[in-house]
Amino acid sequence: MRRIVLWFASTVTAVVLLFGYHTSTSGSEVSSAAAPPIVGSVDTSSDSSSTTSGSSSSSGSGGSSSGSTGSSSGGGATSTVSGEAADTRYGPVQVTLTVQDGAIVAVEVPEYPAGDGRDIEISSYALPILVQETLDAQSASIDMVSGATYTSAGYQQSLQSALDQAGV
Amino acid sequence: MRRHSFEVMGTVVSLALRGRHEEGAAADVAWAAVQDRLRWADATFSTYRPDSVVNRWGRGELAAREAPRELVEVLGLAEEARTASGGAFDIRAVRSPYGGGPDPSGVVKGWAVQRAAAVLEGLADTDYCLAAGGDLVCRTRRAGAAPWRIGIEDPDDPSRTIGVLQIANGAVATSGTAHRGAHVVDPRTGRPATGLRQVTVVAPTLIEADIEATAAFVLGGGGIEWLRARGRTGLAVTSTEVLPFGPPEVARLGRPA
Repeated sequence: MRRIVLWFASTVTAVVLLFGYHTSTSGSEVSSAAAPPIVGSVDTSSDSSSTTSGSSSSSGSGGSSSGSTGSSSGGGATSTVSGEAADTRYGPVQVTLTVQDGAIVAVEVPEYPAGDGRDIEISSYALPILVQETLDAQSASIDMVSGATYTSAGYQQSLQSALDQAGV
Repeated sequence: MRRHSFEVMGTVVSLALRGRHEEGAAADVAWAAVQDRLRWADATFSTYRPDSVVNRWGRGELAAREAPRELVEVLGLAEEARTASGGAFDIRAVRSPYGGGPDPSGVVKGWAVQRAAAVLEGLADTDYCLAAGGDLVCRTRRAGAAPWRIGIEDPDDPSRTIGVLQIANGAVATSGTAHRGAHVVDPRTGRPATGLRQVTVVAPTLIEADIEATAAFVLGGGGIEWLRARGRTGLAVTSTEVLPFGPPEVARLGRPA
């Protein structure tokens, strides 16, 4: 039953936050918006370098090391937040924010709308979009769940429990 | 991906690992160490254990300077949060059932999970996501790794989600009434907070995310502005809408809840 709960079609609202400024409509807006680090390359360290246990990697893009062993994401922690690819009137758009120390340090639009002209407009226009999309069976591809704190008993009915049991 | 879970602190802690050490001896040792750290934090800070450090301190039987330094650390974080939130977050609002001292549980969970997650830094080339009762720490350490996809629970139906956040490195905490009813008390009034139905906060560490989600929930509608002023990103659910928020340059556009 728990698993069924997970696989049942559920309505998911994807949050897409588009950032930008009205300052100019020139094409350079696109490249400036796209220049910052992207998802996945934020932390490029640790691959070949550290094999000994405990030697954590320094966190990525913005520098500010925090390379001390063992201590996890300290002050220099960087996170990226992406919206779902959203169908806008300009075409599909997906935006990724890089957050460091609680401040947004980079905005990226990895999936550009097809065509031209419109691209520039969207990257220079501030617009948050909420998209409701219906996920069919097994496409609710989430890894973990954030929700109001549940007790041990509440866990049994939670989506997190279903994920843990599904083991995927 | 490999998943583990166990019960501690009155809730369930879940771990997802992917990458070189997602299974094997190193993963087993790290998972055991994570559990040890969380059990230690529970034993030390649980207000439900009459002889825990926090209860002995609360009853005046143990001076802070004689207690483990972690107590001082937690109390310091609590005081910082109280000041930063204008009193909306205050560990003195909840009292221990054993002795009536302040209950720092609102700080302890996020702090303890963040601290336990440090153990997992020892697993080279391995991404992890460590969750406790709906709050979590995400980390990707492999080049090119996909971010963790975090579903945000629907406060009306815990089997559904209202959004997805992709987090490569960072923490997510959600405060709301879905599972435990109106359990968050506004320290300024002594009554349950009712302004928001749920608020989710993304922050560099779970220490911040957890505290700020609770404080924002207490602050109600003003909590969204408070989080925005702190540069946070997240998702709030009011009685009428689902509202994403971010820095000031983000305009608002919600949908009916």
